Amino acid sequence: MTLSPRHAAQAHILMPRLETPFHSRLAALSEVNDWYTWSGYKAPHSLADAELEYFAIRSTAALFDISPMVKYRIAGPDAERYLNRLTVRDVRKLGVSRVHYTAWCDDHGHVLDDGTLFRFGPDEFRLCCQERHLPWLLDSAYGFAVTIAEETEEIAGLALQGPTSYAVLSAAGFDVARLKPFDVVTLDRVTISRTGFTGDLGYELFVPRDEALPLWDRLWAAGEAHGIRAIGYGALNQARIEAGFIVANADFMTAETALRADRVRLPDEIGLDWLVDTEKPSFNGRAAILAARRNQSLKHILVGLEIEGNIPAEHAIVYHRGKHEAGIVTAGIWSPIAKRNIAIASLERPYGERFTDDLWVEIYALRELKYQKMMKRARIVPRPFVKLARRSATPPGLR
Amino acid sequence: MQKFDCLIVGGGHNGLVTACYLQRAGLNVAVLEKNGWVGGAATSRELTPGFLYSNCSYVCSLFRPEIMRDLELPRHGLQVIAYEGGAVFTRDGDYLASYRDHDSHRREFARYSKRDAEAYNRYARDVTRQCRFIQPLLMRTAPDPLGFRPRDISELLYLARKFGEFGPQEMAQTLRFWTMSISDFLDEYFETDVIKAYLALSGIIGTALGPMSPGTAYVLLHHYMGEVDGSVGAWGYARGGMGAVTQALARSFESVGGVIRTDAEVEKILSRGGRTTGVVLAGGEEIKARLVVSNADVKRTFLKLVEEKDLPGKFVHRVKHFKMRGSSGKVNIALDSLPEFPALPKDSNCMRGDMHFTDSVERMERAYDDWKAGRWSADPFLDMMIPTTIDPTMTSPGKHFMSCFVQYCPPKVEGRDWTDADRDAFAETVISQIADYSPGFRDRIVHMEVRTPREIEREVGITEGNIFQGELTFDQLLFNRPVPGYAQYRSPIAGLYMCGSSTHPGGGVMGAPGRNAAMEILRDLKRPTEAMSKAHDVV
Repeated sequence: MTLSPRHAAQAHILMPRLETPFHSRLAALSEVNDWYTWSGYKAPHSLADAELEYFAIRSTAALFDISPMVKYRIAGPDAERYLNRLTVRDVRKLGVSRVHYTAWCDDHGHVLDDGTLFRFGPDEFRLCCQERHLPWLLDSAYGFAVTIAEETEEIAGLALQGPTSYAVLSAAGFDVARLKPFDVVTLDRVTISRTGFTGDLGYELFVPRDEALPLWDRLWAAGEAHGIRAIGYGALNQARIEAGFIVANADFMTAETALRADRVRLPDEIGLDWLVDTEKPSFNGRAAILAARRNQSLKHILVGLEIEGNIPAEHAIVYHRGKHEAGIVTAGIWSPIAKRNIAIASLERPYGERFTDDLWVEIYALRELKYQKMMKRARIVPRPFVKLARRSATPPGLR
Repeated sequence: MQKFDCLIVGGGHNGLVTACYLQRAGLNVAVLEKNGWVGGAATSRELTPGFLYSNCSYVCSLFRPEIMRDLELPRHGLQVIAYEGGAVFTRDGDYLASYRDHDSHRREFARYSKRDAEAYNRYARDVTRQCRFIQPLLMRTAPDPLGFRPRDISELLYLARKFGEFGPQEMAQTLRFWTMSISDFLDEYFETDVIKAYLALSGIIGTALGPMSPGTAYVLLHHYMGEVDGSVGAWGYARGGMGAVTQALARSFESVGGVIRTDAEVEKILSRGGRTTGVVLAGGEEIKARLVVSNADVKRTFLKLVEEKDLPGKFVHRVKHFKMRGSSGKVNIALDSLPEFPALPKDSNCMRGDMHFTDSVERMERAYDDWKAGRWSADPFLDMMIPTTIDPTMTSPGKHFMSCFVQYCPPKVEGRDWTDADRDAFAETVISQIADYSPGFRDRIVHMEVRTPREIEREVGITEGNIFQGELTFDQLLFNRPVPGYAQYRSPIAGLYMCGSSTHPGGGVMGAPGRNAAMEILRDLKRPTEAMSKAHDVV
């Protein structure tokens, strides 16, 4: 008797922390067995040493497994119209073989998630994001000739980031010399985009899960001469903060996960106002976003901070004049490349909007079982905190 | 003879909670219980040698942690242990499991529908938001909109303010939640029948309504309001069976000087000139007291124990029309070994949680159709649990106690009283359903207790054996529970109070009615209430 696929899938419970298609390679490289759970997958915090892994991103080439990213395939004659209504950016302006960063909102303009939209053809797209949205995507498709398929488990993904990443790809036989930032191409059945989450030169590669290990091995062999190193999320997180990127449910709460009504955010409240294309006649949340702008009823603002000293201010309270609570630091690190104490913070307007001076953060540094309390001056600075010319140079440099 | 300030009619968990708080506040309190043991519907009884039976209520989640702490129940032996898992068996030999781990839960749903798997987050969020709204109301006396006392007005304002914290979306959602059928509600989130059937169960348990009856969505909410140590919505077992809850309460009560009299059935609550004067026990003994608190349900209290002529006609009328219909039964089974369910993987966590066999909402509704016709369901739905899979104290190693909650089961069979033959036939529908999924099940049975509404009413005293002392539909909640104008634990007779699940916030082994009643009594006596913890913050 053959089991139905549904019966056969019962066995998932035997492995509650799913292993990604690259897991065997990561496990072999892991010296510290420092795993965490990313969307139900076993993922490394670090493989050996987070600090050295960070320097691989900034100095050589870092290989990071992004398979747990949630992926949806969206296709059909109405796919462009559908996505244009769903997301805040103008999808008509997204060319074939291009990628753009975007966000999508509920009808109240509250951000459901941010992510990247890949356009493979006139009618064919992939949406990559952090949270799961299948019911939302399907319900938004009423009246559109479009198919939506969740393909997270089927597609394996790798981010190859760092100044030698182009050299690694070239050595591996992938000709991506002409690939500009946000271009995407398929070579030898490998989908390669010049995208990433580090603010550095870098690429993301996607293959069907069965072809994952050959891809890893191909990159690894080619990368040996170029300092390739597998990294965990600890290193990536440092790089993404330097690049000023936000993470859903870390720097803001997504509308479908927030339990408290006041935690949801409009794009303008999390620094995504630049994505919103108000020229588009209609998209989810448009009326609410425009009304909030018109009525000046935006409540929050996301800012980059540079904080004096060198103690990271993660989750510190931000004060105005040292006494009025103005917001919270959602992410903060000492930036090794900028040599600055940087942070992303969510402030309650008018702080960060009309009142931009005289901001302070209260840092509690736990040192040998004692909190060293510090009030440190913070200055609003533009993001990204770190801007690297090599990120966008085309053709890219080899080192 | 010892004199008492206050008599509690019935030693159920709420009666004991009230008794504990009042005794601690300095009153002399006696609990009068008709059975030879206390506990009401939260008992652990050794019905056959070597097996403790949670023979009424069988799981614990709603019991308020504030009460456990105030009354030092852990010190008196109460432990609530969380369990994990659960499953619905499907007719095609598969099952739908419930796992505590978020991602495993999603993957399990995804076996049936990827959409439903991802919809669960949205569903859980909406339910949690509503629970966060209701939870703080549990430990507050419902305001009386007809009363113009400052406290009623401020409580009404509190309600309005809480509601006002919701956006328009949540407000709409709240009204829908409180009025919709659980079936319609789940249809908005899910497409898979077995998933809906699994979740719908909480919407109809203990309620003489079907999953398609309006109002059942709230019943589901009521079951999600509980927690095990801050894990909201989680359910657990009381170690030693549900009697551990009431045993701990009894010990707490006696440790501060309270008196429990068992085999002391109250036959009448006495009153003179609109004021209570005490009670008369079966056998004629009269006990005087200025305060009497009834843990019995509102119908039993005011239609049997109090002279109807001593009550306003309108009040009696409302009590008569309070809905508390018998709808469920219980089959409790001692097993000489752990049953096997071949559909489940070996050592599955599901065995430690709630197991069901009803894999569609339609089947549930058909089961309800039988009830409407005055019959027990030919194809009932069971909420089946084997607490001994994680509680080693209820029987010896290798042996098991199984609790089967069964719905639907009418208060009368086609209009006539239950007979023993009816009861046995009812049990057979249950056993045969289990045996269909568990080969050899019958051979493992050592002893069995079957309880229809007749047995539950006879032993526990709840009218029609309704487990909530009155259905939990919106028309019978808050200031309408049990009777408008009498929702603050007081009655038309001065000195006579109610503390059972017929009062706000309703049934389940929650203790909140008992605690809130004690609060009102102490207020009337102008005694301090600081020793009673405020409801934990919902942050």
